[in-house]
Amino acid sequence: MSSVSLTEPTNEAFADIKEELAAEAAADVTKKKLGVFFWICASWIVLVTALAITANLLPLHDPTLGNYNWPQNGGPSWNNWLGTDDLYRDILSRLIYGARISLIVGFGGALLGLVIGGIPAMFSAYRRGRVDTILNTGSYIFLAFPALVAVIAIVSFWKPSNVWKITLIIGVFGAPLIFRIVRAATLSYATRDFVLAAKALGASDSRILAREILPNIMPTIISFFLIAVATIIVLEGTLAFLGLSVSPPTPSWGNMLNEGSQLLVGAKGQTNVWLVIFPATAMFLLLFSLNVIADKLRAYFDVTEIKL
Amino acid sequence: MARYIIKRLVLLIVIILFVSVAAFFLVHLLPGDPATTILGPNATAQNVATINKELGLNKPLWQQYFIWMGHVLQGNLGQSFTTHQSTTTIISESFPIDLELIIFSQIIAFAIAFPMAMRAARRPNKLFDQASNGTTFAFLALPPFVIAPVLVLVFAVHWHVFPGPASYVPLTQNFWSNIHTMLLPSIVLALGGIVVYFRLLRNDLISTLQEDFITMARSKGLSDRRVMWRHALRPSSISMLASAGVTIGTLIAGTFVVELLLQMPGLGYQLVASVNQDDYTVVQGITLVVAIAIVLINFIFDFLFTIVDPRIARE
Repeated sequence: MSSVSLTEPTNEAFADIKEELAAEAAADVTKKKLGVFFWICASWIVLVTALAITANLLPLHDPTLGNYNWPQNGGPSWNNWLGTDDLYRDILSRLIYGARISLIVGFGGALLGLVIGGIPAMFSAYRRGRVDTILNTGSYIFLAFPALVAVIAIVSFWKPSNVWKITLIIGVFGAPLIFRIVRAATLSYATRDFVLAAKALGASDSRILAREILPNIMPTIISFFLIAVATIIVLEGTLAFLGLSVSPPTPSWGNMLNEGSQLLVGAKGQTNVWLVIFPATAMFLLLFSLNVIADKLRAYFDVTEIKL
Repeated sequence: MARYIIKRLVLLIVIILFVSVAAFFLVHLLPGDPATTILGPNATAQNVATINKELGLNKPLWQQYFIWMGHVLQGNLGQSFTTHQSTTTIISESFPIDLELIIFSQIIAFAIAFPMAMRAARRPNKLFDQASNGTTFAFLALPPFVIAPVLVLVFAVHWHVFPGPASYVPLTQNFWSNIHTMLLPSIVLALGGIVVYFRLLRNDLISTLQEDFITMARSKGLSDRRVMWRHALRPSSISMLASAGVTIGTLIAGTFVVELLLQMPGLGYQLVASVNQDDYTVVQGITLVVAIAIVLINFIFDFLFTIVDPRIARE
């Protein structure tokens, strides 16, 4: 809600309106709290990100090289806090390095989608016309396309896969959805009076979009951006579980779960509980935190569901 | 209404064309010459020629596409390079597993989401509502590849309540063993559906229960139960049922995960196996069929709900 400065109503008849406004403002104040839970979740994401970035500097074991002096598929111990996998590698170290993949693909893919979907969407919604019609129909067609199947197919043909390729493919396939969200948000502001006023003052289109419209649609973009990050992390994890994301020995949470699951099958004669529990917990906590943050931000900014 | 349907039909055809072109060009993503990539470095010139002929790689691109499409329309999706089975056979043998998983999981999802939403909507923001809201919110962070290994670990490996991996029994062989093997993966797949169905039904029920006709029904002295079942439920369930079509894409991803985990020879299992063996025609065939199936299911659901609720067409 933008704060509109009202001249003090002098008439008695305005008294109840004034009261109502005051009550609304009070409700706004109580609503404008993100809550402790939000900050716990935000700190968790910051912590995971910080660990992932500084992984090289931390006193961690080599994530891709096992040590045969350690137990195979060992449980948590003083030396290996979260245990070891079937190739004698430290699970904690693999988890921390593996966070890089989820975070790079998640945030990178969503950012890429925002650039190739969001920026055209703002111009398209603001200028309208034939270009908008074409882009809009195009995004519809693209969205009807089952993204996961397409991503699996492209990844399996376009070998070898690495983290940047995966980010690129997922970002491109995420763009139409972001296009629709940003377009709908821009549309709802494009014909407002303050935009008209800016136009009348001779402001350029880019200036109006950047200075008048963008600040207003920012809350929507941020909330949906986080949802997009979570969705992309799930997509990458699914790919990794199917063995189609970054190739081993590079650790990712998805391929660790895959390795843990293969041990469950019993083909190798042993099971490793920790190789399932820890990556699953890490993934759950990251996704849960992202969802909580997005949810709380949406309530905080009062973003109503946009009709797509 | 008719205009809306025609518009959707045109869109459907465009999308299917788009899907087919995309699937066709997949082969050209392969590094270098597709024929040598498919056959490996030791391929004889004769084999390369056969592949080139089979894939039509010696003709102009647009001609290749139409030849390929011609074959596809006749049900010929090419042959596996490893097992020499036709792709059509592989797909027709494996898709019943996916179908069963999808149907079974959706039954479970509805069976849980319906009573839960009805109970929660009766007293919004009270204990049960908040508890079920919180639980389903947590489900959102449990995609199949995260929860499936954990459930298998607990219920199949430790407690032996459900059969472990690689114990799939076809439906035609033994009905009850089949159901037994299907239960765990179906529960995994149901979680995603429960979240969506519960939330949509709960929200719609809460707003429906505030409508005048509900007050009217109540003032006639009808019991809460009757008001809920006879008056509130039907108008509230449309958006939930409509979402069932949209979630089919994510559901497919889930079936792939559980099939790989439990080694059930469904489409996802075959797809991943083919990818690992560089069996490209099979990958291409499965991709095409699954993509078109998803598009068609979405379309059919859209169409059905336009009939059920004509307001959709007017929007």
